[in-house]
Amino acid sequence: MTMIEAIRDAHDVMMGRDDNVVVFGEDVGYFGGVFRCTKGLQQKYGRARCFDAPINESGIVGTAIGMAAYGLRPCVEIQFADYMYPAYDQMVSEAARLRHRSAGDFTAPLTIRMPTGGGIFGAQTHSQSPEALFTHVCGLKTVVPSNPYDAKGLLISAIEDDDPVIFLEPKRLYNGPFDGHHDRPVVPWSAHPLSEVPEGHYTVPLGSASVRRTGSDVTVLAYGTMVYVAEAAVSEQGIDAEIIDLRTLLPLDTDTIAASVKKTRRCVIVHEATRTSGFGAELSAIVQEACFYHLEAPIERVTGWDTPYPHAQEWDYFPGPERVGRALKRVMEV
Amino acid sequence: MTEGVAHGARATRTVATPRGPVAEFSRAGELKAYRDMLLIRRFEEKAGQLYGMGFIGGFCHLYIGQEAVVVGMQMAIKPGDQVITTYRDHGHMLACGMDPKGVMAELTGRRGGYSKGKGGSMHMFSKSKAFYGGHGIVGANVPLGAGLAFANKYRGNDHVSLTYFGDGAANQGQVYESFNMAKLWSLPVIFIIENNRYAMGTSVERAAATVDFSHRGASFDIPGEQVDGMDVRAVKAAGDKAVAAARAGKGPYILEMLTYRYRGHSMSDPAKYRTREEVDRVREESDPIERVKKRVVDGGMIKEDELRAIDVEIRGIVNAAAEFAQNDAEPDVAELYTDVFV
Repeated sequence: MTMIEAIRDAHDVMMGRDDNVVVFGEDVGYFGGVFRCTKGLQQKYGRARCFDAPINESGIVGTAIGMAAYGLRPCVEIQFADYMYPAYDQMVSEAARLRHRSAGDFTAPLTIRMPTGGGIFGAQTHSQSPEALFTHVCGLKTVVPSNPYDAKGLLISAIEDDDPVIFLEPKRLYNGPFDGHHDRPVVPWSAHPLSEVPEGHYTVPLGSASVRRTGSDVTVLAYGTMVYVAEAAVSEQGIDAEIIDLRTLLPLDTDTIAASVKKTRRCVIVHEATRTSGFGAELSAIVQEACFYHLEAPIERVTGWDTPYPHAQEWDYFPGPERVGRALKRVMEV
Repeated sequence: MTEGVAHGARATRTVATPRGPVAEFSRAGELKAYRDMLLIRRFEEKAGQLYGMGFIGGFCHLYIGQEAVVVGMQMAIKPGDQVITTYRDHGHMLACGMDPKGVMAELTGRRGGYSKGKGGSMHMFSKSKAFYGGHGIVGANVPLGAGLAFANKYRGNDHVSLTYFGDGAANQGQVYESFNMAKLWSLPVIFIIENNRYAMGTSVERAAATVDFSHRGASFDIPGEQVDGMDVRAVKAAGDKAVAAARAGKGPYILEMLTYRYRGHSMSDPAKYRTREEVDRVREESDPIERVKKRVVDGGMIKEDELRAIDVEIRGIVNAAAEFAQNDAEPDVAELYTDVFV
């Protein structure tokens, strides 16, 4: 299965199991979603459970919160993460705080899916990675799957969760694992073991990272597309790195991170989002708090630049395997 | 919720043709309208080709079919009046008099592009032509358009702001916040809703509780009209009226342009939400360029040879733009950190 098919399958499983699950968003119903992640759901479950919304992100999230407070489990799509800003007030002021300000009387069990990241020449309004804007908000869970198996299991967990979950889908991974070598042929998911997706219901728990490669020299913390970029860089540099796919940014699996860094004594953090106040800054702080006396080298961050996502210079912005490779070499030379 | 509540049961209409007044065009006016619309049409066809050849990547929303809207409105304003729109913006830039070479080079991401390759198809600007973008977020440009109008009023000039958006954007909340402020402060802004029937793959009937967008300002007491957006003379007439009212200090005006895009929403649109026949019917019955051509040739105002000469001239301009856009240098990597606060 591709990521798209796995995400669609997770919707299908949950809509089949629970009548409270409703799915909507811009072009989600009749059209099946701009990236086809909800294709066929309206035909199968009817227009009352999978439907089109007008182009009004604030309205989409706001109504979903109301539905969720009344016991439904809406799973809504924001067409691109870059379109979420009108809805940000609803996410922060309403969804994230409903449980707290009702002292647990109400919860907001909703999932907000959105494609994230660059790699498709979307320029500044179709390429952003705003995950740190969500992880900074207490009350929101933030998930970034990197492969079809995790995408399905995590989305099912998200829909079953009683609190709001932001589900960021790296759009460059929808159709294949992408390692940042944009000038090489596209690799399809069918060639990757994590495209093997079980039928029916299963979960990947929120808050659990996955060690994608065990190694002894340096720990690489990555998520989404950057997992494959890190794999490529590690292989090209011939370094025995341990690569951790965080999968869930909040709640964060700090135990797995700390155990690994204590073992390797070095750490490189990779993300596509801009650097300043990016999630890498939080990871760096956590690693030094947990592993300060084990570290042999300063923690490295490889990130997008602190600029808007450029159109023509997409591959200068994107933190590809060369940049990750240079950071790996730097920490090994200390 | 019952079946149909969320979906809406109405069928998609074809392009309606409201019977509004049409502007009388002189020979020069007809020729200008024909020329300006043809430039957009040929430019967009070339952009589509370059996309297919891989010279343009990412997002590219073509304006083919909607040319009469921007050309007619442009004929109703004067230099210094501002224009702002969303992401289907190439036509607006050409109608504003921006250089086709600079627009095409932005599409191909070259340093000679209007934004030096940083913006791409959806994000281009020209201060000298009073074109304020080119905005990739649906509806997000509308408050900006109201702000431009506020600045006109504040400065005491008599300029108006033409604020374009689509039927999809017309459902965004910030559009109504803008309506309220524009009326409250009596701002000289024309809200031009380009209703091309589809917000990407969703027809207006499936997204809008009421499909006559000219009424959307009713609760703010903003006058609105539906206009045949496939007839450049009807657009010009409606534009004249709205612009005169705004210039005279009567506040905002809504013009709903009933129009149609022939191509997909973007280059990756499979267009399964409408039939080939629907598209063909609009092209045959309402094409804005063919309507001018037929009118002036049948009426004996202009000979077909003269139009042919314009066709040749336009092809030359567009080919030169494409040539430039394919051969201009890519931006230097140092440009990443220019024009940004760091």
